[in-house]
Amino acid sequence: MIDDGFRLLPEQASTHAPHVDLLYFCLIALSVFFTVLISALIVYFSIKYRRGNTKVDRTPGSGHSLMLEITWMVIPFVLSMGIFAWGSSLYFSGYRPPAGAMEIRVVAKQWMWKFQHPDGRREINTLHVPMGQPVKVTMISEDVIHSFYVPAFRVKRDVLPGSYASCWFEATRTGEFHLFCAEYCGTNHSRMVGKIVVMEPSEYADWLGGGTSKEPPAVAGERLFEELRCGTCHRPGGATGRCPPLAGLFGHEVKLTGGTTVMADENYLRESILRPSAKVVAGFQSLMPSYDGQVDEEQLIQLITYIKSMAKP
Amino acid sequence: MTALIETGSMKMPDLGPLSKRNYLNSGYTVRSWLLTTDHKRIALLYLMSITFFFVLGGAAATLVRLDLMTPQADLVQSETFNKLFTAHGVIMVFFFLVPSIPAVLGNFLVPLMVGARDLAFPRLNLLSWYIYMLGGLFTLYALLAGGVDTGWTFYAPYSSTYSNTYVMATAVGIFITGFSSILTGLNFIVTIHKMRAPGLTWFRLPLFIWSIYATSIIMVLGTPVLAITLLLVGLERILGLGIFDPRLGGDPILFQHLFWFYSHPAVYIMILPSMGVISEIIPCYCRKRPFGYAFIGFSSFAIAVFSFLVWGHHLFVSGQSIYAGMVFSMLSYLVAIPSAVKVFNWTASLHKGSISFDTPMLYALGFVGLFTMGGLTGLFVAALAVDVHVHDTYFIVAHFHYIMVGGAVMGYLGGIHFWWPKMTGRLYPEGWARLSAILIFIGFNLTFFPQYILGYLGMPRRYHIYPPEFQVLNVMSSAGASILGVGYFFPLTYLVWSLYYGKRASANPWRATGLEWQTPSPPPTENFAETPIVLDEAYDYKRMDGQLAEGGTA
Amino acid sequence: MSDETQAAQLSPLAHQFDDLAQQNEADDLGMWLFLCTELMFFGGLFLAYTIYRTRDEATFAAASRELELLWGTVNTAVLLTSSLTMALAVHAAETRHRQKLIVFLFVTMLLGCAFVSIKFMEYYHKYLHGLMPLLGLPFKWDGTSPGHAEMFFDLYFVMTGVHALHMLIGLGIMLVLLVQATRGRLLGGFSGPVRVTGLYWHFVDLVWVFLFPLLYLIGAR
Repeated sequence: MIDDGFRLLPEQASTHAPHVDLLYFCLIALSVFFTVLISALIVYFSIKYRRGNTKVDRTPGSGHSLMLEITWMVIPFVLSMGIFAWGSSLYFSGYRPPAGAMEIRVVAKQWMWKFQHPDGRREINTLHVPMGQPVKVTMISEDVIHSFYVPAFRVKRDVLPGSYASCWFEATRTGEFHLFCAEYCGTNHSRMVGKIVVMEPSEYADWLGGGTSKEPPAVAGERLFEELRCGTCHRPGGATGRCPPLAGLFGHEVKLTGGTTVMADENYLRESILRPSAKVVAGFQSLMPSYDGQVDEEQLIQLITYIKSMAKP
Repeated sequence: MTALIETGSMKMPDLGPLSKRNYLNSGYTVRSWLLTTDHKRIALLYLMSITFFFVLGGAAATLVRLDLMTPQADLVQSETFNKLFTAHGVIMVFFFLVPSIPAVLGNFLVPLMVGARDLAFPRLNLLSWYIYMLGGLFTLYALLAGGVDTGWTFYAPYSSTYSNTYVMATAVGIFITGFSSILTGLNFIVTIHKMRAPGLTWFRLPLFIWSIYATSIIMVLGTPVLAITLLLVGLERILGLGIFDPRLGGDPILFQHLFWFYSHPAVYIMILPSMGVISEIIPCYCRKRPFGYAFIGFSSFAIAVFSFLVWGHHLFVSGQSIYAGMVFSMLSYLVAIPSAVKVFNWTASLHKGSISFDTPMLYALGFVGLFTMGGLTGLFVAALAVDVHVHDTYFIVAHFHYIMVGGAVMGYLGGIHFWWPKMTGRLYPEGWARLSAILIFIGFNLTFFPQYILGYLGMPRRYHIYPPEFQVLNVMSSAGASILGVGYFFPLTYLVWSLYYGKRASANPWRATGLEWQTPSPPPTENFAETPIVLDEAYDYKRMDGQLAEGGTA
Repeated sequence: MSDETQAAQLSPLAHQFDDLAQQNEADDLGMWLFLCTELMFFGGLFLAYTIYRTRDEATFAAASRELELLWGTVNTAVLLTSSLTMALAVHAAETRHRQKLIVFLFVTMLLGCAFVSIKFMEYYHKYLHGLMPLLGLPFKWDGTSPGHAEMFFDLYFVMTGVHALHMLIGLGIMLVLLVQATRGRLLGGFSGPVRVTGLYWHFVDLVWVFLFPLLYLIGAR
C-alpha cells in the first residue's frame, strides 16, 4: 500500500502476486545456496591451503576432471530448465486474461495516465477497480513508449504508440497501490505515477454510480460515427456495395485484396480508420478517406467500442 | 645477440635491475607518444583516456546518488537528472567498460603473451586510439553543450522524434568509437592467429588470450549492428526518415531488437576479458595450473556464441511474442552455464594450491564472489514471470552493476595491479593496495545490495523523485557509494605515486609463468631480444617453483 | 626510383612480421574480418527491409516499379565490370606491371564514378517526382498504402546511400593507390594494399548484387 513505511518485500495484492513471490523465494534460496557453497569453498580452501601451511597434502591431482565438469554443467542445466519451465508457465497464465474480464481503456501520454471505464467514467492518474474481479487494461500511447507497472500486482506491460497492448490483474485486497511508469519517457518520467484504488465490489458500484454524467464509450462512439459521417458508407445493418459491412466484423477473419487474410482486432480497426489504404478488403476499392489527425486516441477507442457492439443483424 | 629465450630453461640474460633501454625511455617527446605505433605505449595512452572517462562517469553517478538520498528533487532539476544518468551510462559503457581491459591490458599484453614484437597492425592500433578519442570528443561536446537525456539505451521514438537534447552528437560519438572497438578486435584476432611464437599451440596459450579472442569475435560481429542502429536513429532525426516512426507504419520495437542485438553481446565484451584476468591471477597466487584449463578456455567461446542468441530477454514486456520470449528465456539460461563452469573451475583451482593473498588475488577472489552473486540474479531475470515484475526497476540496475562493477571493474583493477610492475617497472605499496581492495569490496556491496530490495519493492529505474517509503534503502545505497568512491580514489593516488617513488620491479616479481614475464620490466620496445620458443605447457608452476628451489632465477 | 633500387633499399616486410608470407596472410585475414563487420552493418539494414517487406509485399512491389530499372541494370553492369578491372589491377600489381596497374586502377575508378553519378541522377529523378520522403519534402503516392510506400523509399535511400558512401570511400582509397602506383610503388612484394583494396571493392560489389534484386526486381514488371 502507498505510504506504508519501510518494507523489505512488496505487498501481495493480486491473484498473480503470491505465485511470482513463490518463484522469487525459491530463486533466493537457490542463490543463497550456491553463493554460500562457493564462498564457503573459497574460504575453506584459502585457509587450508594457505601459503605457510606445510602440514597439508598438496600432491597434485590430474588438474582436470571430465566427470566434475559434466556434473557441474548438468546440475545447473537441470536446475535452470526447471526455473525456466516454472517461469514460463507462470508468464503464460499471467498473459491471458480470463473470460469476462472488465475492460478498462488506457491512454498514456507524457506524463499522465488516462483511464476509461466500460460505462464511460473517466479518470486521470487514479484508477478505481473492484476487488475480486479480473480487470483487463488495453493501452496505447499518444507519443513515446511508456510502461504500465503496478508492483503490488506484479504486473507490467510496455505501452506503445501505434498499437494496443494489454495486460490483466485481479486484485485480492482493498487499498491504494502505486502505479508507476516503468519505461523512461522524458523529463517527468518519475512524475508519471498514479494509484490503483481497489474497492469492495459494492463500494465500487456506488462509486461508479456517483460522479458527473458520463457517456459510455459505445454511446460516444456512436455519436462520433454520425458526426464523422461514417454511416454514409458503413450504414450499419446492411452491405451498401461500396464499403465493407461493420456489423459482426470484430473478431472475425477478413479477406484482403491480394489474397491474404487478417483478423479484425482492435489494431486492425484502428489502422483502418487512420490508414484505410493499408489493408483493402477483397472486392472493394480503396475509397475510404483517412481520419488521421481528426480523431485522437480516446475517440478511436470510442469508435472501436461502438463498432464492436454492432451485432450482425 | 643474447641467447635464445626458451621458456623451457627459463633462464634470462642478466640485464641488471632495470634494463637501460625500455619502451618508456625510448623517446620522451610528445610526438614520440602521440605518433607511437608501439602497442605498449598505445596501451598507456588508452589507460589515461579511460581513467579520465571513468572519473567523469563516476562524477555523474555521484551526483545521481546524492540527489537520490531524498525522495524529492533536491539537488538538480529533472531535466538535468535525466542527463546525468544518461551521461553515466553512455560514458561508463562505451568509453570505459567496453575498451578497458582490451584496450589497456589487451594491447599491452597480447603481443607479449604470444611472443610477438607487436600486434599485426600497429598503425591501425594507433588509429583505433585516435578514433576512440574523436568519438569521446563528440560525446564530451554533447555533454558540455547541454547533455542528452534519452538514457544510454536511446529507445525510439523518444530518441528519434521527441527528445530535444544532443542526441545526434552523442550518437555520432558512439558510432565513431565503435570503430575503435572493431579495429582493436580485428587486430587481436589476426595477431593471435598469425603471430604466435614457435611452439605456442592453442592449448599452450594463456587463458587471458582465449578470453581476449572470444571478446574480439563479439566486438567484430556485434558492434557494426550498433553502428547501423545509431545511424538509423540519426537519419530519422536529421532527414526525417520513418523507420521507427509508428505514424508511417514503422516499428519502435525494431529499434529495440537492433539495439539489443549488439548491446547484449556488448555486456559479454565487458566481462569476458575480466574473466581472462582472473584466470591469470588465480594460478599465480595458488602456484598451480588452473583446474580444467580446456573447459575454461572453451567456455569463453561458448559465451561468445550464446551471447548473440539471447538479446530478446530485454524485450520480455515490450510486446514481443510470448513464444519468442520463451525461446529467449531458455537460451538465457544456457548462456549462464559456461559462466558457472568458469566459477566452479576457479574454485577448484584453489584446491591443493599454495595460496597467498596479495592485492591481485584479493581482487580475483572478490570477483568470483560478486560475479557469482550477479550471475545468479541473472537466473531471476531470465525467468519470464519474475522479469515482468523486476524489468526496468532497481533490481536490474543491481544485477548489472554486480557484474559490471563487482565483476568487470574488480577484474580490471586486479589486472592493473598484477601487471603494473611489468608495465611501469615499479611496485605499488602493498598495504594501501590491499586496504583499497577491501574498501572497494565493502563499499560496492553496501551500494548495490540494497538496490535488489528496492527493485523488487517496485522502485523503477531512472526515477528522479520516488515515494518516501523507498528512502531508507536509497540512503543506504548512497552511503555505500561514498565508500566506494573513496575506495577508487586510493589506487588513482598510490599508483601514480608508485611511478615516482615505488620500488623498482624485477622482470618477474610474482614469479608468474607466461612469456610476458620473461622479458624485463618495463619491456624493451621490441618486447624480446630474440623470438621465444615455447616448449612447455602453460601455467607450469611446478617447474617454475621447482627451479626456484634449485636456485634458478625467475 | 627504379624498381630494383627500391627493392634493394626498402623491404615490404613490416617490423612486426617474420616473413612476407606471414604478413600477406595477416593482411588478408584482417580485411576478411573487416568485411565480416561490414556484413553485419548491412545486415541490420537488410533485416529492417525484410521485416517491412513481409508486412506488405504488394506495396513494396508497387514502389519498386517506380525505380528506374534501366539505370539500375546499367549500374549493375558497371559495377561488375569494375570488379573485373580491379581484379586485373591486383594481378598487374602482383606481377609488377606498372603501366597496367595504373590503367586498371584508373578504369576501375572511372567505372566507380560512373556508378555514383548514375545513382545521384536516379536520386534527382526521385526528387523531381516527389518520391524522396526526406527532410520534409512532399511524398506523392497515388496508390494504396502511401505510408508503406514511403517506408520502401526510406529504405531505398538509406540502403543505396550507405552503399554509395562505401563506394566513395573505396574510390578515395583507390586515388591514393593510383598516386602511389604512378610513383612506382605497390609492385610485387609491395602489392598488399592493392590486393586488400580489391577484396574491399569486391565486397561492395557483392552488396550491390543483393541490393539490386531486392530493390529493383521485386515489382514483377
